[in-house]
Amino acid sequence: MTARARQLLVQAALAAALALAAWYFVSNTAANLEARRIASGFAFLWREAGFEIGETAGLAYSAADSYLRALAIGLANTFRIALIGIVFATALGALLGLARLSPNWLLAKLAGAYVEVIRNVPLLVQLFFWYALISENLPGPAEALNPLPGVFLSNRGIFFPLPGDSPVLSGFNFAGGATLSPEFAALLVGLVTYTAAFIGEIVRAGILSVDRGQIEAAYSLGLARRAAMRFVVLPQALRLIVPPMTSQYLNLTKNSSLAVAIGYPDLVSIANTTMNQTGQAIEGIAIIMGVYLTISLSISAFMNWYNRRVALRGMLR
Amino acid sequence: MKWFRDNLFSSWPSAIATIAILWLAWKLAPPFVDWALIDAVWRSPDPRACRQPGGGGACWAFIAEKHRFILFGTYPFEQHWRPALATAILIFLWIFSSMRKFWNWWLAAVWGSGLALIATLMWGGAFGLAYVENERWGGLILTLLLASFGVAFAFPLSILLALGRRSEMPLLRTACIAYIELIRGVPLISVLFMASVMLPLFLPAGVSIDKLLRAQLALILFAAAYLAEAVRGGLQAIPRHQEETADALGLSWWGKTRLVILPQALRISIPPLVNTFIGFFKDTSLVLIIGLFDLLSTIKVSLQDPAWSGFGVEAYLFVSAVYFAFCFAMSAYSRRLERSPAHAGAPRPLVDS
Repeated sequence: MTARARQLLVQAALAAALALAAWYFVSNTAANLEARRIASGFAFLWREAGFEIGETAGLAYSAADSYLRALAIGLANTFRIALIGIVFATALGALLGLARLSPNWLLAKLAGAYVEVIRNVPLLVQLFFWYALISENLPGPAEALNPLPGVFLSNRGIFFPLPGDSPVLSGFNFAGGATLSPEFAALLVGLVTYTAAFIGEIVRAGILSVDRGQIEAAYSLGLARRAAMRFVVLPQALRLIVPPMTSQYLNLTKNSSLAVAIGYPDLVSIANTTMNQTGQAIEGIAIIMGVYLTISLSISAFMNWYNRRVALRGMLR
Repeated sequence: MKWFRDNLFSSWPSAIATIAILWLAWKLAPPFVDWALIDAVWRSPDPRACRQPGGGGACWAFIAEKHRFILFGTYPFEQHWRPALATAILIFLWIFSSMRKFWNWWLAAVWGSGLALIATLMWGGAFGLAYVENERWGGLILTLLLASFGVAFAFPLSILLALGRRSEMPLLRTACIAYIELIRGVPLISVLFMASVMLPLFLPAGVSIDKLLRAQLALILFAAAYLAEAVRGGLQAIPRHQEETADALGLSWWGKTRLVILPQALRISIPPLVNTFIGFFKDTSLVLIIGLFDLLSTIKVSLQDPAWSGFGVEAYLFVSAVYFAFCFAMSAYSRRLERSPAHAGAPRPLVDS
């Protein structure tokens, strides 16, 4: 038998095995659903959800709204945590990466120890830790910590002022200003501190990858350390930093699904409630996976475009 | 003196950073030491000792009181030596596999018998050991088991996936790419949900797999996709002429892959494999969300005891320390491997013949 015939045979066998497995699972599932009297399809999305959502990212929602709207609120909450998280994680990560390369021994060691501790403890443990710290160990609103004027830390959440609107204690809680719920605050702090440790390592590796001669050349041109970083090192390092940074952004977005464990109403958490109420597990999981796959694929597509654009500027590496 | 000037006060910003760090340490370290060590309650069967007015210290007595449950879950109390021994065997297996001189095909046999021994110990029902159903397994051993069995099954699968991804057969290649990218594109929690609520629907009526095995299956399928990418990195690093030489020697595809390509590729991919494994080890903590009693769940359940509630910070610091001990050992090992001359140099074949 020729190699080509064998390849065809192997692939035909693979196709047959996949089709057989698919048929087996689909027919079992259909029989099981019928036996349990669970309707299939997405018609349930237009039924009344009947549950309240604690945070709605500024959108209107009530228990009388449909499951579809509830899931949309969940998605908005996922985007809210992911976007804010990415901004802060990038800033903290860049600082960490620079700190690890600092000529100051104390600063470099401190940043190194931070990265080592954070990276070796599961994110879920860290989320529980921050949540316990906020909800069990911060004082109630009446004795809230007040580290900066107008900013209050309490076990009901974190309150900070908006222009012309400061939080004021009224009754048992604060009114006015902006509020971060304990769940959101714990998730944000956890995701940012965790992802920043990974971003810090990427930034460090990117900067270290720039040829030593480039830095010496910059110094000999009379550039100060800061200017050499800004005009010579960073533009070159960025090319190496961007691709792994993208996967960290994706990781942060996927990790925000751990919200379900501390009760922040993200997409996964709302889909979980929906599945428990309607029993439509397949549709619920398909929605979660579909949404995350769409996000992953669009970010990869954007990053490929960005990489090509950066590469086209035509700098030698 | 010179060291201080060069490393701590080399410039104005550096000097300011040094002083700021020292000031922060001066402000934060003493209250932390007071809380964690000096004012802490170390041992007390009575939670009221931790709640005395004015006593602002950590309540490590909570860990001391609950340590059996945290480590072994609901496993029958008088049988705790079995999970303890299984934990020791597992840790021994890991240390054994970390040594370079044992890296050959025999390792697979050692792992096979080691895992069989552990399964016998944990389940029992033979050699005079009482049968313990796996609903009662929990604590540290469950975390280690999920990670160990997970990687033991995911690793061979990942090699097949990585080879498939580089295959010349379009259908096989597409199937492997689709699988790897699908799994890597979704959060682990959705794969775990799939195993816990969707898998039972896939099976014919009357057939059921228990929750632990379903979660284990999900973890294996998840880990395989990530490990496959680490293996692929190693495969890509093999120079083209290696393959051509093997072809010239008349080796079949399997012979070439088994004797020439894989021994070299796997050696190269060991550091990224270890790093992927560290991530996977941490990820096993997510089984808490679908209701399994791993190390993190047992401590969370301990916190639900009303007498001891409110000591979350102590509890999670303790779990963090346990996870850190395992992960730090592994990452230190992976760093040493990357630096070792044997790794940087040309890979030696695994099989001498």
